[in-house]
Amino acid sequence: MFGNLFKKRRYIFEDESTMVFDMDQTAGRYYDEAMKKLEIEAYEGDEMIVNMGPQHPSTHGVLRLELVLDGELVKKVTPYLGYLHRNFEKHAENTSYNEVIPFCDRLDYLASMNQDLAYALAVERLIGLNELPEKVEYARVLCCELNRIASHLVAVGTFGLDVGAFTPFLWAFRDREKILDLLEWLSGARMLYNYIWVGGLARDLPGGWLAKVREFLDYFEPKMVEFNKVLTSNHIFIERTAHVGILDPDVAVSYGCTGPVLRGSGVKFDLRKDEPYSYYDKFEFDVPVGDGQFGPLGSVLDRFVVRIQEITESVKIIRQALDGIEPFTDQDVKQAIPRRIRPAADAEMYVRSETPRGELGFLIRSDGSDVPSRVKARSPCFSNINVVDDLSRGGLLADLVIIIGSLDIVLGCIDR
Amino acid sequence: MNPEEIHQKLQAKFADEIIAVNTDALDPYIQVAPARFLEIATFLCEDPALSFKSLMSLSGMDYGAETELGVVYSLHSLAKKHKITIRINVDRTDAHIPSAETVWRTADWHEREAYDLFGIHFDGHRDLRRILCPEDWEGWPLRKDYIVQEYYHGMRVPYQEDWQKYETFSRNPERGHHVFEFESKVPGLLNGSQENGDDSAGKSEDRTDG
Repeated sequence: MFGNLFKKRRYIFEDESTMVFDMDQTAGRYYDEAMKKLEIEAYEGDEMIVNMGPQHPSTHGVLRLELVLDGELVKKVTPYLGYLHRNFEKHAENTSYNEVIPFCDRLDYLASMNQDLAYALAVERLIGLNELPEKVEYARVLCCELNRIASHLVAVGTFGLDVGAFTPFLWAFRDREKILDLLEWLSGARMLYNYIWVGGLARDLPGGWLAKVREFLDYFEPKMVEFNKVLTSNHIFIERTAHVGILDPDVAVSYGCTGPVLRGSGVKFDLRKDEPYSYYDKFEFDVPVGDGQFGPLGSVLDRFVVRIQEITESVKIIRQALDGIEPFTDQDVKQAIPRRIRPAADAEMYVRSETPRGELGFLIRSDGSDVPSRVKARSPCFSNINVVDDLSRGGLLADLVIIIGSLDIVLGCIDR
Repeated sequence: MNPEEIHQKLQAKFADEIIAVNTDALDPYIQVAPARFLEIATFLCEDPALSFKSLMSLSGMDYGAETELGVVYSLHSLAKKHKITIRINVDRTDAHIPSAETVWRTADWHEREAYDLFGIHFDGHRDLRRILCPEDWEGWPLRKDYIVQEYYHGMRVPYQEDWQKYETFSRNPERGHHVFEFESKVPGLLNGSQENGDDSAGKSEDRTDG
């Protein structure tokens, strides 16, 4: 099927006689251009260039990878981005500080609460708004951790799909839907919440919501045990993933990988612990890191297991936050919302926080008006996907699929 | 190390390169000249006392249509737990900065992004292409004086009919943000939307009653 991409194919036989096949001119021109782009002039003749994506179920969105294959071996991977580029940063420069929040929702649409919190935190630090009502802080932690569970459920579920396990995917989405119901009750939207505002929340917690969250946790914890029995501790699954996609800790730091990708390589770095924001310093939780129990450290399996363990940690945090919010349920969640946001001229700050995919940072610069002069979003997936070439070189094409799955990318976050 | 000590350390080695320093800002920064930036970056990364192994963010900047462009490097050290911001300003018409792609791999795509959106050229980058916009896009979208191109492969880019009066990306100084003039651009749109709005409002009331 891809044979006609080759302009000329030279076959050398045992008696040193050669045979050259000329292919169609148009296809040949394409091949030459592709080779030029890849800076590979002299190929042995057996390599094949295959486009994976932008419409491909395993790239988790509109990501295009240009692969150089030698049979089933991957020789080079070149990602092409931009199919979902909306220039969030240009939009942000033309709307007031509050109006940017709905755009932030659409960056990483699987974890919108975390995106909102990251942006709200950045603006609050910029205008010096450090004291918020306790109810707001606890509610923010609640929303973000619920959303983190939902996001990780998508990650581990679709990863199961990538290695060929269909049932865990359905289970993960069944439980995720319950979280989305809770958050929809809260904000009115299933995925793009626009709920966390600068200085407060968009609306109060509905009556009975906290009890429902407790109910959900009681339902959810046994389900996770079931999930682990079927997928995480499955012998076939471990054998398939424990020796694939080894990411060295130094390489991970140099590439700017963060979140579960970094922690899967054994680097214990979590912004919730290392640079606590909101009320994260009030909770007791562990930072799971990869241990390389079944193979080399930093494998695909390690990144997967870190996500599974983080779900458990998030449940812990939510339980503590539910206890913590009890005395403050009468507070007004809108009382600290500033009427007008006008940071000082030339104020500039880079604020980062931990989303399910890693470090999301906003660099905001103010020119003294109520419109930001520059908003730069440093997205975690953008740095995480850069490492895919290093991870998959020399491996099999089938391994590339699960490597992408283990990086857990969201294209809205990469392309912005 | 606090920002002042980091500045002292840099001052001892690159005294001529440091243009400005502000340790009281929200993010303490050191502004350096672009000429020897690759050496400075290598020093910041490799020096055992500084050990800035992680580049958190690399951001292009436009300080205004009449002034300079800039790049902001936010650095963090996982081992030493300290931070610093390095700023470089370059001329608008001739924006060239040595690439730090070989020092931090993060810089690879972030520099491509700054090139794509601001037109800042990173000398020595091995693969400086557009990354988010299409390869044949014209202009640098995040510059303050950017004017969107009229046609891209035969498709009209600004979707208003009168594209020269395109106001979406121009500010209204009185209100502080842009005013999107739907009524003047699309005749009859406002009336139509009002009618629809009334209808839907009526329906939702019915639903709540029921």
